[in-house]
Amino acid sequence: MKLLTHNMLTSNIIKGVKNGYPLKIAATKVEEREVDYNPEFITRLLPKLDWSAVHKGAVDLNKAEGVPESMMDDYESNEDFLKTAHNILLQVEIIEGNLECPETGRKFPITNGIPNMLLNEDEVSEK
Amino acid sequence: MAAPMKPQSLSCVSWSKYLFYFASEHLDFRLAELEAISQATKSEVRFDEESYDVKNPFLVVESPSIECIHRILSRSVLLRSIHQLLAQGTSTEELHENVRKMPKDLLDPYSKPDQTFAMRVETFNKKIPQKVKIEKIKALPLAELGFKGTVDLKNPDNEFHLFEYYGWDCNNAPDEPYHSYFGRKIGEGQRDRIQEYHLQKRHFIGNTSMDAGLSFIMSNLAQVTQNSLVLDPFVGTGSLLVSAAHYGGYVMGTEIDYLVLHAKGKPSRSKQKVRAIDESIHANLKQYGLESHYIDVIVADSSKQNMWRDQSYFDAIITDPPYGIREPAKKIRAATEDYIITDDMKDCHYPQKEQYELTDIFIDLLNFAAKYLQLYGRLVYWFPVIRAQYSESNIPQHPCFKLIANCEQPLSMKVARRLITMEKIHPYKDDTAEARIDIDHFQGSFRQKYFHKEKEIPNKTNPS
Repeated sequence: MKLLTHNMLTSNIIKGVKNGYPLKIAATKVEEREVDYNPEFITRLLPKLDWSAVHKGAVDLNKAEGVPESMMDDYESNEDFLKTAHNILLQVEIIEGNLECPETGRKFPITNGIPNMLLNEDEVSEK
Repeated sequence: MAAPMKPQSLSCVSWSKYLFYFASEHLDFRLAELEAISQATKSEVRFDEESYDVKNPFLVVESPSIECIHRILSRSVLLRSIHQLLAQGTSTEELHENVRKMPKDLLDPYSKPDQTFAMRVETFNKKIPQKVKIEKIKALPLAELGFKGTVDLKNPDNEFHLFEYYGWDCNNAPDEPYHSYFGRKIGEGQRDRIQEYHLQKRHFIGNTSMDAGLSFIMSNLAQVTQNSLVLDPFVGTGSLLVSAAHYGGYVMGTEIDYLVLHAKGKPSRSKQKVRAIDESIHANLKQYGLESHYIDVIVADSSKQNMWRDQSYFDAIITDPPYGIREPAKKIRAATEDYIITDDMKDCHYPQKEQYELTDIFIDLLNFAAKYLQLYGRLVYWFPVIRAQYSESNIPQHPCFKLIANCEQPLSMKVARRLITMEKIHPYKDDTAEARIDIDHFQGSFRQKYFHKEKEIPNKTNPS
C-alpha cells in the first residue's frame, strides 16, 4: 500500500468515530519499488492531497528524511520536491503492518500490500 | 460538446471526407465510443446523424485534419479502419462517374513511381468470387489517374479499397450493392488490442472478468487519458483497470471479497487446480508493462463511503457491479443488539455479510461518484435489465450528473445489460440532493427475475 492511498483513507466508518484521520501506520515490512517518474501526474495529484498526512505517514515509516513538513508553494516548478513526492507517494510500499484509527486504536491489517478496511458487524456505522 | 457532430459547416477550414469502417459487434456502442473519443482527444468530426444507419458498418465522416483521424484510430476498438473517401455512389455507374470526376491531382502523392500499391475489394453481407472482384477493379475508371507505382499485394505503400454494402439481410442480398465506396486506407483502429489483451492470456482472472474489448470501450466512454486517476469500486480481478492503465490512467480498486483480491479463492480456469502464488491485479498490470500505473487495491465495503477523506480525487469511475447472478452482491451487516462480538472472537472473525440490493448499489454508486469524482469526470457502469420490463425511468439519476450514453448489450432474448455513461456537470455541495430512481427495476430481486421462467403457453393447435 502506498502513502498516496493512505492519504485518502479514514476510519470514520467506525461507529462513533468523527476524526479518523490520518490513520497511524505501524509497518513491519516496507519496500521501495521503482515506479516510472511522471511529474505531470504528481503535479495533478498534489493539490488533492493532505500533505501534513503524507509527512506524518513518512514519519511513521521512518522515511521522513528530506520530506518537508508542509507543501512547497512552488511545487509545480520545484523538480526536487516533485521527485521527493514521487518517491514517498508512489515508490514506498507498505507490505505488512497495520493502519490504526487515531481515535479508537482499531487496527486495519495490511497483508501482502493490500489493506483490509472491513469492519465487524458491531463496529459499522450507517454511512 | 467539443466536437460538433452536425453536418452544417461554419468555419472556413476545409473539411475532408473519410470513410469509417466499423466492426460488426456492439453496434449500439459505436457512436457513443466515437463521440467520447473525439471529445477526449479534441478531434473534430461531424457526420449526418439522420442518415446514420446502425446496420451499415460504413459511415462517411468529415474532419478538418488527418491528425484528428489518427487520434481516433489510436483509441477506437469498434473501428476496423478509416479511409480517405475518394468516391462513392448508390450504383456502380454513379460510383464510376464519381471516380472520373475526382480531381486529377488528388492521388498524386500516393501514385509516384517509387511507391507500391494494392487494390482490394471488400463486400459486406455478400460473398463474391475472386474473379468477380478482379473484374470490379478492372472496371474502375482509374486509367486517367495515372498510377505510376507498381503493385504489391503484401506490403503496399498505399492500399485502395472498393467497399460494397449489400444490406443487412444475408438471405436476400441484392445483385447490385446498395452503396459503394472507393477510398485510400489511412489506418486501422485498435481491434488488435482485443487479442493482445485477451482474457485467455491474462494471468489473473475470475468468473466475471470483463472481456478486453468491452473493457476498452468502457475506458473510452469514461474518457480515461494520460494521468487520469481511475477507480473501480467493485474491482474483482481488475480487468477494467487493465484497460484504463493501457490508456494512461493510474488505477485503484476496492473489493469486499478478501479471497478475490488475495487470489485465494477457487480458480476460474477449468484445468487449473489452485491459484498461483503471484496471481494479483498488480501482476495483471505487470503482464502488459503497466505496473507503474498501479496505485492500490483495498479490501473494503463500497457501501461505506466515509472510508474516503472528502476530496474529488477521481477523473473516472468505471465498474461492473455484482448483479447477484454469478457473483454475490454483499455488504457488511450492521449488528443487531443481541449480536455481540467478544474480544477473543475478533482475531479469527469474518464479518457477516448481508445481501446488497442492486437498487442500493446503484444509488450508493451515484452518491459516491457525485462526491469523489472531479467536475466533468465520468462514471461508467453496467446496469442489468430484463429487456421486456426495462424503461428509461429505471436508470438512476443524480442532480450532479448528466446522462451521456446508454448502450445495450443483449445477453439473451430475455436479459441484457446496459452500459451507462454519466458526466458530473455540477459540483457536489452539502445540500445536494441524493440519487434517485423513478421506477425500481429490481423490485423482488434481479436474481429471482433472472431465473424466473415464463409460463409456457400450451399450444392449442397441437393435437393432444
